[in-house]
Amino acid sequence: MTKKNFKWSNLYLLLVFVVLYAPIMYLIFYSFNEGGTMTSFTGFTWDNYAAVFEDTRLMGIVLDTFLVALLASLLATVIGTFGAIGIYYVKKRNTRNTLLSMNNILLVSPDVIIGASFLILFTFIGFRLGFTSVLLSHVAFSIPIVVLMVLPKLQEMNPTMLKAAQDLGATNLQVLTKIVLPAITPGILAGYFMAFTYSLDDFAVTFFVTGNGFSTLAVEIYSRARQGVSLEINALSTLMFLFALILVIGYYFIQQYNMSKKHKQNGKKNTKAVTLL
Amino acid sequence: MKRLVTLAAIILAACGVLYYSSNKLDQAQGITGENTLNLYNWGDYIDPELITKFEEETGYVVSYETFDSNEAMYTKISQGGTAYDLAVPSEYMIERMIEEDMLIELDHSKIEGMEHLDPDLLDMAFDPGNQYSMPYFWGTLGIVYNIKFIEEGSIEHWDDLWKPEFQDNLMLIDGAREVIGLSLNSLGYSVNSKNDAELAEAAEKLDTLTPNVKAVVADEIKMYMIQEESSIAVTFSGEVADMMWENEDLQYVIPPEGSNLWFDNFVIPKTAQNTEAAYAFISFMLDPENAAQNAEYVGYSTPNLSALDIMPAEITEDEQFYPSKDTMEHLEVYENLGQEYIGIYNDYFLKFKMHRN
Amino acid sequence: MKQTKTFYFVPYSIWLLLFVVAPLMLILYQSFFDIQGNFTFANYATYFQSGTYLTMTFNSIFYAFLITLFTLLISYPTAYLLVRTKHKQLWLLLIILPTWINLLLKAYAFIGIFSMNGTVNDFLSFTGIGRQQILFTDMSFLLVASYIEIPFMILPIYNALEEMNPSYLKASNDLGANSWETFRRVIFPLSLNGVKSGVQAVFIPSLSLFMLTRLIGGNRVITLGTAIEQHFLVTENWGMGSTIGVILIIAMFLMMLVTGEKKKKGAVHKK
Repeated sequence: MTKKNFKWSNLYLLLVFVVLYAPIMYLIFYSFNEGGTMTSFTGFTWDNYAAVFEDTRLMGIVLDTFLVALLASLLATVIGTFGAIGIYYVKKRNTRNTLLSMNNILLVSPDVIIGASFLILFTFIGFRLGFTSVLLSHVAFSIPIVVLMVLPKLQEMNPTMLKAAQDLGATNLQVLTKIVLPAITPGILAGYFMAFTYSLDDFAVTFFVTGNGFSTLAVEIYSRARQGVSLEINALSTLMFLFALILVIGYYFIQQYNMSKKHKQNGKKNTKAVTLL
Repeated sequence: MKRLVTLAAIILAACGVLYYSSNKLDQAQGITGENTLNLYNWGDYIDPELITKFEEETGYVVSYETFDSNEAMYTKISQGGTAYDLAVPSEYMIERMIEEDMLIELDHSKIEGMEHLDPDLLDMAFDPGNQYSMPYFWGTLGIVYNIKFIEEGSIEHWDDLWKPEFQDNLMLIDGAREVIGLSLNSLGYSVNSKNDAELAEAAEKLDTLTPNVKAVVADEIKMYMIQEESSIAVTFSGEVADMMWENEDLQYVIPPEGSNLWFDNFVIPKTAQNTEAAYAFISFMLDPENAAQNAEYVGYSTPNLSALDIMPAEITEDEQFYPSKDTMEHLEVYENLGQEYIGIYNDYFLKFKMHRN
Repeated sequence: MKQTKTFYFVPYSIWLLLFVVAPLMLILYQSFFDIQGNFTFANYATYFQSGTYLTMTFNSIFYAFLITLFTLLISYPTAYLLVRTKHKQLWLLLIILPTWINLLLKAYAFIGIFSMNGTVNDFLSFTGIGRQQILFTDMSFLLVASYIEIPFMILPIYNALEEMNPSYLKASNDLGANSWETFRRVIFPLSLNGVKSGVQAVFIPSLSLFMLTRLIGGNRVITLGTAIEQHFLVTENWGMGSTIGVILIIAMFLMMLVTGEKKKKGAVHKK
């Protein structure tokens, strides 16, 4: 790669990042606005941040939102990973394609339909709407993305390794924990990450299946938007965004640090292990 | 493998912490079930101070949940699985909920302060004798415009919306009944028309409005009118009251040929578990002082006559929000048209939205 | 042996049955009923006979196609360049991070940016071009929708590129291919699977976008998603809503058929 080339590519990436972050910077900027709207900046204030911490209802909702997102994506990742392994082992191409199509249905169905059908389902089995129904729904719509993230990693796995392990007398459990899971770890992590993203972002499905006082942030923001989005929400989003940013960067560097330590110890280059996603 | 297990453990621990803190927070708020009032209301449709006051006075704890459309509320209540003690639907939805036997018949002896309500706003066709519902707020549908850009007084009738000078400037509220209704009104028909010829005529006339329509939006109208993105819009009176606080150049007109008169009333769904708390809350909100405070906060028109007495005259004498008897006579309340005609209205509305000039 | 394999599958199968097959059946079942609850084929007849729905379908496909195209054009180079950066994992995470901010909030930010007195128009009037109507145009809708979908396109393409065996590139180089030839004959074909999953992840959801059509498109843009939302939430004509849903699901199956794995790209592996 020539030097000139390199600069152009950096410029392009920079541009993409600027575009991706522009609306977010916009939100953050106005979270300090005294004026109360997102169009004219009248003066600097911390008031919106103070309001976030005084609003116990909002804080409770934030906690619940993260609880649902973390837990639902964990469950979805477990079920989805095993589902992907199951699909991988299916020999018939037709069966596998059918399974994959079924898998993708939820991924591509409009949220409104998913929400409405889950609501019918829950009421049909007489389920009380609230935390559990929301959790189950989030698990349900997060599973397909996990499968989609894990499956390619399985397909890239060297099948001769599995054969070899079995020939050497490894049990199924050993094959799973010593060969399969380590090989697909990047996919699993990516799946978890995406599931978390989906769960955090979901509004429509949650809206249908929640009840009895339980609410998530997306639903709360939507119902508050009747008044035009209040800057308190901007402030909250800014905080969450910074929190996520610190988490991501922090995690990345801890990871890097550990790897370089391992690297020195083992003296062998293992680029795969560095892979976070 | 080890890494995966560690990560899972960390996530589970985080969940534990979140669950614990969220529970703590709930307890701090006193939400435990027994003495809770589950209130299901529109977003930001009550002064939060009044909720605190109610909790202090009665000892009940209010769990406040919001909906953004009558239909969404209906779906949630009719599907069961929830236990809302008090909800605030609009009149046509109340009629439907009564028909479908979803509401508890109100025991008027348990409600204090009914005498404060304006008798002209009681006993409406959708709920004769107010057996099932108590008025909370009411209002109209009309035209709001900015006198900085449009000469004051030049807008009086629905037909004025069709003036070519408003090209690409008009914002409409995203509601089939409202938009088809204004076209019906402009032709001199009823907003509850079930006459296919009238509806077809109204729809055809509406299509000619397309060049003027800038957007068909919902609550954002408020924001846009304040920021002067548009200079003319069709929306509800309550929304307009909010806009006027922020932008003094706005004027509101109720076309005299007819428009919609709407109500948002308290109802107690059959699924309610704490009807005592619900009655207590209705009575609390009927108290003139509380009603006045709430009306000043929300900005909608209150049906509480005694509250009007203690509110500032500049609000209560404003014909934009408390229209004259003459105008009132031309206003119509939406009737439940039945599924078939709701469908027809919506199909026409969909076609209108898709119509490109 | 067989048993453990089926054991993996149990929770997944339960999920498949309860949350995919059951809702699917429910929707299919509902699509055969009219508002009054009578069994009928009328919903399908309405769909195929009324110009409204066909136009809407055509519009939706057209918009979704444009959105997919835009995102692909932006995402492919991004993913390609990302793989070659130093802290690539970190950059990728930073690409996904914006999706954690609530969609509605981002939409409001865009309203602020695009409105008559917004940032873009301030800039335009400053440069002397003058204020333009940006909000509520097809362009603004396409831009915002593409913006929302970009991370979902970058991710699969990135994964595909990242997995690529560097030795292929080396081999291609050794065989005398220049970098453009290497890209065209080696890199692009090998990343095609990522592109396909990216297209799947963007195209179908774009068919059924609904909140943005109102907030950014001012309801001047109507997609199938808008109609479904209307039928489920406003008209309560669940039959018609389900009918459109069934058609979307069929569209999805077709889409999968077109972009799905053909003969398991094994040709490359076995080389």
